[in-house]
Amino acid sequence: MSLKNVFSRRNRILLRELVVTDFKLRYQGSALGYLWSVLKPLFLFAILYVVFEKFLRLGRDIEHFPVYLLLGTVLWSFFTEATINGLQSIVSRGDLIRKINFPKYIIVLSSTVSALINLVINMFVVLGFCLVNNVPLSMSALWVIPLVIELYVFSLGIAFFLASINAKLRDVGYLWEIFLQAAFYATPILYPLQMVDQFSHAAVQGIMLNPVAQIIQDIRFNLVTHDTVTGWQILPIWAQYIPFAIIIIVLLLGAYYFNKNSKFFAEEV
Amino acid sequence: MSNKPVAVKVENLSKSFKIPLEASSGLKQKLINFLKGKKGYRTFTPLNDVSFEIHKGDFFGIVGKNGSGKSTLLKTIAGIYTPTKGSVQVEGTLVPFIELGVGFNPELTGRENVFLNGALLGFSHDEMESMYNEIVDFAEMHEFMDERLKNYSSGMQVRLAFSIAIRAKSDVLLLDEILAVGDEAFQRKCIDYFRSIKKSGQTVILVTHDMTNVERFCDRALVLNDGKMMGIYEPPEAKKIYEQLNRVRVKAQKNGFNIEQRWGTKGAELKSITLNHSNNAMQVLKQGEPVTINIKLVSNQPKRVIVGLAIYDESGLVLSGPNSEKYAVSTTDDIAYTIPILPLNPGVYRLRVALYAENYTEEYDHIEEAVIFEVEADDGPHHGKINLFGEWSLRK
Repeated sequence: MSLKNVFSRRNRILLRELVVTDFKLRYQGSALGYLWSVLKPLFLFAILYVVFEKFLRLGRDIEHFPVYLLLGTVLWSFFTEATINGLQSIVSRGDLIRKINFPKYIIVLSSTVSALINLVINMFVVLGFCLVNNVPLSMSALWVIPLVIELYVFSLGIAFFLASINAKLRDVGYLWEIFLQAAFYATPILYPLQMVDQFSHAAVQGIMLNPVAQIIQDIRFNLVTHDTVTGWQILPIWAQYIPFAIIIIVLLLGAYYFNKNSKFFAEEV
Repeated sequence: MSNKPVAVKVENLSKSFKIPLEASSGLKQKLINFLKGKKGYRTFTPLNDVSFEIHKGDFFGIVGKNGSGKSTLLKTIAGIYTPTKGSVQVEGTLVPFIELGVGFNPELTGRENVFLNGALLGFSHDEMESMYNEIVDFAEMHEFMDERLKNYSSGMQVRLAFSIAIRAKSDVLLLDEILAVGDEAFQRKCIDYFRSIKKSGQTVILVTHDMTNVERFCDRALVLNDGKMMGIYEPPEAKKIYEQLNRVRVKAQKNGFNIEQRWGTKGAELKSITLNHSNNAMQVLKQGEPVTINIKLVSNQPKRVIVGLAIYDESGLVLSGPNSEKYAVSTTDDIAYTIPILPLNPGVYRLRVALYAENYTEEYDHIEEAVIFEVEADDGPHHGKINLFGEWSLRK
């Protein structure tokens, strides 16, 4: 898989058409169609607002906490959607793989790009809520773009890896869903890190080594509130780079493993 | 021919698969197999040491029976499978048609599917846009393009897919029996298309088991048998070898009754069935000569029975199905059916025998493939299945 070929004309055409198809099929048969991409985060916000503002006394000392929460859940939903779509992509496109030869990574790319499009729509909804809640926006909000790219790259690396294993061993789908459940609580999505800090500072430091935690906290810090605890504040310099190192290693290993196994997908799926 | 540049080169190509012995795509089975020290799979080699070259502009056939490895060979040339041993080199681009309408999605409209399928063949959205009207014209489907594909009949889907497929431009076209689908009108379109690509000098590989198409279009054909190359021949030679292979296969089958396809209440039983009182494994009969089918039956008590016969060809078409009158038989008797002049044209035929109670209230015994026989004839050619023994004359 030379980089020159990755975006050759033919592959670009195919990627585009597969993404468009996914997008068309996503809300096939629903009356509101694409509107659901916007409605879902809207309702999620309503629920979070009621639960956390009116009942749970969590995160009272964090400014714009509902927006902070919404942002976290939207980013986490992307991470689960991209990795699960990616995991299933090779097996679910088996009909194509068995009949025509084309670079298989396009399938993984298209399934994760579909999730990315959804995230972009959701991020605009979040931005809308920022404005409604009078969150002061500054130029630092532009950090969101490279951070979302970082999250996409991480998800893509995982998707490559999982998709290849799934072609051989269907158990990986169940394992990954369980893993995601655990990871949801190990990532500061619902709870503010300040809460954990009261018990153990080391735990906070451990949590922030997770790339998804680093990305979510950095986006919150730059977009919503400086009350957000980020890795830059609490980790020693050398440890601040660990999340990035993890992403690079996962992407390289994932791409290598996928490339090695993709020759046999037609026989396995 | 040999001074033309090489378009496809296949060298010592072998392909093996690991077939899981049980459904071992789960972790549990893998673990069990690992602990027991079992491999959990067996190796299956549908393609064994195949080598050939195809030159630019060749119309090259690959023929073989079902299970001879031709689909594996096709998929390996197309790059869908990776060779276990040996290599495949293709000069330029190659578009395979293993199936028409790859990627067709029933939930999308006809129009959307045209673009999706086109992308899989390497066409951009703009290129498809410019060909779109021609495609729809050719498929004769104007009023249906905004309907979802799932509302199309299968014939309409094939027509649409074919109209897209013939736009494909590549250095080598790989076609897998697309002629096998569709009605007669569609098959004529296919034949016209083949004629036109043959004329245009396109390099084509056609995988088929229909020798008519090999004779009609191919310059040379590779005959495959059990994953091995029989050789590369000119079409008439290829046809001869292919037909021999089929004959061998028939001979290899036991003439004993096929138990799996025998049923009945056993109120009386078929004991033996012979043609012209011969028990040979593979009977060769001569067209125009008399044939006697002798059926020996046993019964635990005397009763009245009817014998039903059916002679059918390889495709299952019944050519004749004579039933006897009611016969009162004792515990063991013979019933014979005599054909004064055998009218069948050369080919392989099968005989089905059934034994009924009078008035067909009960089926005592039924053997689907009681006898397999071959018919030969001196003169030729023989078109169709039967010879009417008519006489031609010139009247002035």
